[in-house]
Amino acid sequence: MAAQPTAGRSRRERRPARAGLRTSRLVGWLFVAPALAFYAVFVLRPILLTLQYSLYEWDGIGPSSWVGLGNYGAVFTDPDLFDAVLNAVKLIAFFSAIPVLLGLAIASTIRRIAASRLALVARTVIFLPQVIPLVAAGIAWSWLLSSTGVINQLLTRLGLGGVTRAWLGDFSTALPAVGVIGAWVLLGLCTLLLLAGMSKIDPALYEAARMDGAGPIREFVSITVPSLRQEIGVCVTVTVIAALATFDIVYIATQGGPGNATMVPGLEIYYLAFSEREVGMASALAVVLMVLVLACSLPIQWLTRDRSS
Amino acid sequence: MIVGRREAWTGRVLLILLMAVTLLPFVSLFVTALHPSGTYPPGLDWPAQPRWGNFADAFQSARMGELLKSSTLIVLGVVPLSLVLATMAGFAIGHLRMAGRNLVFLVFVLGLTLPFEGIITPLYYQVRDMGLLNTRWAIILPLIGLFMPFSVFWMRAHFVNMPEELSESARMDGANVWQLFWRIHVPLAMPAISSLAILLFLWTWNQFLLAIVLVDDPLKRTMSGALGAFQGQWGTDIPLLCAGSLLILAPTLVIFLIFQRRFVTALLQGSLKG
Repeated sequence: MAAQPTAGRSRRERRPARAGLRTSRLVGWLFVAPALAFYAVFVLRPILLTLQYSLYEWDGIGPSSWVGLGNYGAVFTDPDLFDAVLNAVKLIAFFSAIPVLLGLAIASTIRRIAASRLALVARTVIFLPQVIPLVAAGIAWSWLLSSTGVINQLLTRLGLGGVTRAWLGDFSTALPAVGVIGAWVLLGLCTLLLLAGMSKIDPALYEAARMDGAGPIREFVSITVPSLRQEIGVCVTVTVIAALATFDIVYIATQGGPGNATMVPGLEIYYLAFSEREVGMASALAVVLMVLVLACSLPIQWLTRDRSS
Repeated sequence: MIVGRREAWTGRVLLILLMAVTLLPFVSLFVTALHPSGTYPPGLDWPAQPRWGNFADAFQSARMGELLKSSTLIVLGVVPLSLVLATMAGFAIGHLRMAGRNLVFLVFVLGLTLPFEGIITPLYYQVRDMGLLNTRWAIILPLIGLFMPFSVFWMRAHFVNMPEELSESARMDGANVWQLFWRIHVPLAMPAISSLAILLFLWTWNQFLLAIVLVDDPLKRTMSGALGAFQGQWGTDIPLLCAGSLLILAPTLVIFLIFQRRFVTALLQGSLKG
């Protein structure tokens, strides 16, 4: 290969050795090429095609006709389509806010016993939702939340028999119920990420705070949260993307129903493209979804990145 | 230290509560799976006569043997090739530092947060035009491309930290770049590669969207996609559905429990980097 000729040079001459690395910079492209090829064919090209499709009306079979930005107009004016986007945004409260806030509370409470046997077992157990397919989580929770499910059983035991219902089938509770499933999936991940971050905080900081008479809440606000900026950023990014791009859980648990109460962009794209044959509309919604994800994840990255090593 | 002890107890109670909430769906699946098939058992209710045979029935109706084979084939198609491609690219971007590396890297990073739904429509037509619809290649090839941003990102993070002297001294001994890569850098990168392997295995095994869109036959899908079809077919027979779900979960659970340390570390690092 091209790098060969420089190989015999003396160890002490730094500059020629660097020149040797430079010849290999062309070789570098050969190393990147296969990965780039797969990426270009199966990701970059489809992204460009999505952009192109979004400007046409096409049923996927016959000829297509140019509609300009008409499909985008529909995404923002057709209540059915726009509701899907709104639902995804609402789901952020469940997928992000609950796991991150609850995760912070739990992690700071169990911080002191993080090395105990119980905590090691718990580490494995609360990780399970990350390992299983979301489809399985959807099936299990559909059953838990059904009218004869465990949740209603518990509520009845607690004397709250009046509020029991088919949580996923009721217009007013279906979306929050889907949110609960998402929160269940993501809570363990957030807790463990935050706990790992907390273990890196210098214990001397806490001791100093105790000396100054700070209570647990003061400690939490002044030491824990600021030190965890990066981890909180990661949790928020991961969970916000999970909320906006949710598909598996909704597909299994509600299929977007009742009515359109739990319709999300991912599922709407699937229906539009593969059952309603509105490829252009599906693509416009897909572009909106991709932009929304970028628009949410980039600022969070910017806000939390600078402190990282 | 009374405060400390009370805190420790609150912590323990909270941990147990958290574990209970996490396990509740699994317990519910399990208990329900033991009821006579076709019934609607109320909540958590241990049946008078547990029907262990439901698992065997579900094994048969879900055709678990074939499903396992299909998922394994897909994993074998996706993971090794992805690892090789990503390690090579990460090596070039992070260590060889060829001209234009920042641009290539940026292009890969842009795909990091891409929701798969964003490109599923053109992907369908593309895979159809390639004549691969309803074959396992329809899942394998796109997944390799879709995993590249994260995998390259991950491997680059490893290679930027490798000292340049390592390569220089190998070159002194007359190794070319190809030998340098395989003999020196790949063995040293093994921890990073194996963590990535775990993540890619999991994401492939659990891939749902590509499976249901690109492959009609559940027996050629991933486990997750097959479970979707199983729900469609047996959705009204709750105990059988629960038994089937548990069976389809079992392989990942077993592998997770065997490699739990590595899994947890890999997934935590994975989300930190991504």
